[in-house]
Amino acid sequence: MKNELNNIPILESCNLNIYYDDFKAVSDVNLCIEKNKITAIIGPSGCGKSTLLRSFNRMNELVPSSHADGQVFFSGKDLYASDVDPVAVRHRIGMVFQKPNPFPKSIYENIAWGARVHGYQGSLDELVERSLRQAALWDEAKDILQQSGLAISGGQQQRLCIARALAVEPEVILMDEPASSLDPISTLKIEELMHDLKKDYTIVIVTHNMQQAARVSDYTAMMMINDQRAGILVEYDETDKIFTNPQDQRTEDYVTGRFG
Amino acid sequence: MRKAFEQEIQHLKDEILLLGRMVEDAILGSVDALKKRDIAASQAIFDNDDNINEKRYAIEEQVMVAIATQQPMAHDLRLLASLLEVAGELERMGDYAKGIAKISVLMGDQPLLKPLIDIPCMAQKDVDLLHRALTAFMEEDAETARLIPEEDDEVDGLYDQVYRELMMFIIQDARVIERTNWLLWVAHNLERVADRVTNICERTIFIATGRIKDIDSSHDTNNPSG
Repeated sequence: MKNELNNIPILESCNLNIYYDDFKAVSDVNLCIEKNKITAIIGPSGCGKSTLLRSFNRMNELVPSSHADGQVFFSGKDLYASDVDPVAVRHRIGMVFQKPNPFPKSIYENIAWGARVHGYQGSLDELVERSLRQAALWDEAKDILQQSGLAISGGQQQRLCIARALAVEPEVILMDEPASSLDPISTLKIEELMHDLKKDYTIVIVTHNMQQAARVSDYTAMMMINDQRAGILVEYDETDKIFTNPQDQRTEDYVTGRFG
Repeated sequence: MRKAFEQEIQHLKDEILLLGRMVEDAILGSVDALKKRDIAASQAIFDNDDNINEKRYAIEEQVMVAIATQQPMAHDLRLLASLLEVAGELERMGDYAKGIAKISVLMGDQPLLKPLIDIPCMAQKDVDLLHRALTAFMEEDAETARLIPEEDDEVDGLYDQVYRELMMFIIQDARVIERTNWLLWVAHNLERVADRVTNICERTIFIATGRIKDIDSSHDTNNPSG
């Protein structure tokens, strides 16, 4: 089990419990996310992976019944402290969802709109180009920038959403099953993109696709539910170890498809 | 899917056992034919090596298909990788038997330099070790796999004995160099078989524990190649 990291973690959960009303969905998770690495969270359906992921940028608060105790630190600061603005948190810790969700606006506006609303002072043209380039979409999109963001393929839409997340210059990008609705070619593009992005960003990805976790991530966290059906962290280690020689029998059973 | 995959893995392990059986027969048969000066039997063992090679490649292909279609992880991955390795080790052991058969054919109707005693003992010990190593491999029994290589010393001891004895022949009469050399090759091949049994045992430990333990054979003075 990976306990101590070489560097100061960019994200760290300490004794984190997350509830929906009385139901405890995530129980006592202690997890360090290393900067400029890709960390995958795997585990069977309903084990709290997405709930844990959303706690890293306070997205759970948008669900009224959800509440948490324990702590989440972002670069050493308590994310849930009373003086922290959740909108500012989501600015620095962006998110990409399972289903591509571009705004029903042009490709250009999908990226420029948020920046404009936040009073971005620089050149919007440059921001759009830079973001699309970073998301490996520029070559395909540069001649159709005024076309609707909904009129492109699913894989392109997902890269547009990544470009939109990058445009606000976050430090961390949380990805919840970012390629699960995409074909293998688009999936490969997203994975290559993740690989390129980790130079500048920290990525945490939830995925059901174990081969994807094995391919793209540096570290893997294995979750499952306990007797009370709350999600727990079973094992956390370098990805190579998780997929060749896991230490916990439950991880072994899950990654080899014996589970359940 | 898991059930089908498990059946496939079991089938592949059974195939390894079959290949092992072919190799055991080849080793014992090659020495027996040499001892009896049965050229026809030696030639048959020489020719039969093609079947051993084919079996090895068939196993290899099936393992590759299983890796491509099942994307094995963790224990499954270690097992499949080891099946490839063990199939290769067995095939090479088959080559040693083929080499012994070839020597017998080359000798033609020349008589043996001396009655064979230690060489058949080496073959018997090899096959005994191989059989137990494959049983431990099938059962993924790391405990047994750790113990078997220690018995490699017995094969090395027999090799030393054969070597010294054959050197004495050369010293006494230089005209027997060729016939001595043939027997030395036979003994060398049998010594190498036991080394490869050790490799199989290492794979068994790897499957069971995830660690590659390089079993110490530094005391093995007969093998300059390590």
